[in-house]
Amino acid sequence: MSGDKFFDEMHGRDGTVREPYAGVARWLRDTPADKFTAKRQQADLLFQRLGITFAVYGSAGGTERLIPFDVIPRILSGTEWSKLQTGLFQRVRALNMFLYDIYHGLEIVKAGVIPSAQILRNDLYRPEMKELDVPGNVYVHIAGIDIVRVAEGEFFVLEDNLRTPSGVSYMLENRSVMMRLFPSLFHDNRVAPVAHYPAELLRRLRSVAPPRAEMNPTVAVLTPGPYNSAYFEHAFLAEEMGIELVEGQDLFVRDDAVWMRTTEGPRKVDIIYRRIDDPCLDPLAFDPDCMLGVPGLLSVYRNGGVTLANAIGTGVADDKSTYLYVPDIIRFYLGEEPILSNVPTFRCDRDSDRAYVLDHIAELVVKETQGSGGYGMLVGPKATAAEREKFRGLINADPAGYIAQPTLALSTCPTFVDEGVAPRHIDLRPFVLTGKDGMAVVPGGLTRVALTRGSLVVNSSQGGGTKDTWVIEE
Amino acid sequence: MLSRTAENLYWLGRYIERAENMARIIDVSHRLEAQGRVHGRSETEWGAVLRILTAEERYAESHEVVDQDGVTAFVTLDQGNGSSIWNCVRAARENARALRATISSELWECVNATWLGLRDLDMDTIQARGVREFLEWVRERSHQFRGVAHGTMLHNEAFAFNRLGTFIERADNTARLLDTKYSMLAPHTGEGANSDPAASYYEWGAVLRSVSAFRAYHQVYKDVITSERVAEMLVLRADMPRSLRFCFDQVISHLEGLDGGRQLECERLAGEFGARLRYGRMERILDYGLHPFLSEAMDHIADISVNISRDFLMTV
Repeated sequence: MSGDKFFDEMHGRDGTVREPYAGVARWLRDTPADKFTAKRQQADLLFQRLGITFAVYGSAGGTERLIPFDVIPRILSGTEWSKLQTGLFQRVRALNMFLYDIYHGLEIVKAGVIPSAQILRNDLYRPEMKELDVPGNVYVHIAGIDIVRVAEGEFFVLEDNLRTPSGVSYMLENRSVMMRLFPSLFHDNRVAPVAHYPAELLRRLRSVAPPRAEMNPTVAVLTPGPYNSAYFEHAFLAEEMGIELVEGQDLFVRDDAVWMRTTEGPRKVDIIYRRIDDPCLDPLAFDPDCMLGVPGLLSVYRNGGVTLANAIGTGVADDKSTYLYVPDIIRFYLGEEPILSNVPTFRCDRDSDRAYVLDHIAELVVKETQGSGGYGMLVGPKATAAEREKFRGLINADPAGYIAQPTLALSTCPTFVDEGVAPRHIDLRPFVLTGKDGMAVVPGGLTRVALTRGSLVVNSSQGGGTKDTWVIEE
Repeated sequence: MLSRTAENLYWLGRYIERAENMARIIDVSHRLEAQGRVHGRSETEWGAVLRILTAEERYAESHEVVDQDGVTAFVTLDQGNGSSIWNCVRAARENARALRATISSELWECVNATWLGLRDLDMDTIQARGVREFLEWVRERSHQFRGVAHGTMLHNEAFAFNRLGTFIERADNTARLLDTKYSMLAPHTGEGANSDPAASYYEWGAVLRSVSAFRAYHQVYKDVITSERVAEMLVLRADMPRSLRFCFDQVISHLEGLDGGRQLECERLAGEFGARLRYGRMERILDYGLHPFLSEAMDHIADISVNISRDFLMTV
């Protein structure tokens, strides 16, 4: 029943196989079912042996779990990808300019594009960053932009992840496992490679060395430790880049520099790719109860003795209420129309939007602007008449406190499930790198898939799986 | 190298070696049981295993009888025994997990696969498969670990810290094993066992086999098995990979590679006892008393370990 309502990545809407999927469709048709069963088991074993797991807090069956991997790839044509890439670069470039501006002249507020409260009263705004110049004016060195598709050529940005986005290790390992399981597929399809991501990342990180650093700057990955859910990824990236994986306890501050404790004594660190959130970076400056960071780090950072990637205070650019302004942010700094659209969002503080929302409340999702985690939310199609009425009242009383979005028809992709191959909803997270010398995005990303029939929730913590993501070279 | 990384590497080496040594220690007793030589003195034999491990008290906390099944379960899968094979492999794997960025992926896979093979085992499965086969498997995994480390890691300081752990642990184990067995089997203690050359053959033979030295013994001495020669082989032989001498030579050479020209206490300690092994004679050691000699060896090994921590792992 859901088949005709949603756009399917392989079959479009009319059931014919879309061009980028031609090779994979043949492969699915010609491969005997029992071979797939064997290969899928082999894939599970590979992931387990490689130890590609993520930690689940408080789960009974041990602290690690495999994220289910589906062997049917998600495929984008070269044309689709090049449009996405241009749009991603445009968006991340504008967001970096926005971050520079909000910690310097606040031109965007002066121009009346964004109210100052939206920035200065945001919990994620860090006054410590005011008037601080970071190398190359790069704040977001690594961005993970969540994208969904609803139709041919129609992509929407669902969310910007500009703090410590994760998932790139799955992009790389999914590819490596697919190549190991099905080498002939890669012979028959011209799939753009992704394995150079760590090299691209290291190059960008080195490019933003602090001015004081010597010729060959030292880069390290800072992890909260083995019990963090993304620890595998931290270790994986450090290994692939050939740099140290450090915990807070391995670092200390002395003489206005950051040092690692090594077997031969202290060694200076110039660039820290940190996978620890802002509040935990430095107990002297932020949360005094969080011991994952390095006392004194902020003061070295402010004096230009070390570079942090991503910079402190990027969260203000990726939170839900700022998201609304991203199209305007792009227009303001670049003078261009956004190439990638936001999910259409109705702002109830605009009269025409509010009128539409009140009329169509049964079809929309209404959210509190400052809310998070599903609180203060109305899912129109599932709500009772009384609940809708209550929200109409709430919106009228405080229009600026609410936004509304249509329920999104995420595209589907054929996926192996218990009953065979069936369509399941997917999204996409490409990883955009920015350095002093420019931007890069490897062709692909992390495709997450909601394994439960009809479910739109792709999060791995909710039982979502992943797929290899292909961009076909043309 | 990060001090924490060095520490993980060192303990990775120690825990894998310890798991192997646990398997070797109970293997001796299983061999003797299988040959019917333990008949009537089972408690002594299995008690000796606990004595080697200094675990008599810990064992008594959860067991009433000292017997083959109880001790085997205690040493292999008992999660409450910190030195059980299960816990050693788990600890090794935790250390390896923290080293994902340092060790080769092959080495990680080797440790992880060992853990996965062990994690959900129970005694019934081991009994069904055969305890000796299980012990053999543990040894093979440890052999594979060393082989993979040797063949896939850069032979740099990371490798040296890992090997240090291996040989410190092995030296300690050889000293303990020999100390306990010698006091049980050497001529001056028992009357029955040693007037009988067959007893010496089987019992020392089991010890030699458990340290993979049975054939080597015959190649070296071309003669019957005696306590004194077994002791010589496990203490002074420079070419016997589980002897104290061999282990100390390895420890000394790795420390030399790591000292970076510094004068380190751990290196001095290793050299001091190493000299006794290098220039010592077995008759003199036996006159002095093997037990006090081995006790000093164990004290030295513990001191070296403490000073490795001071010299490399807590440098700031």
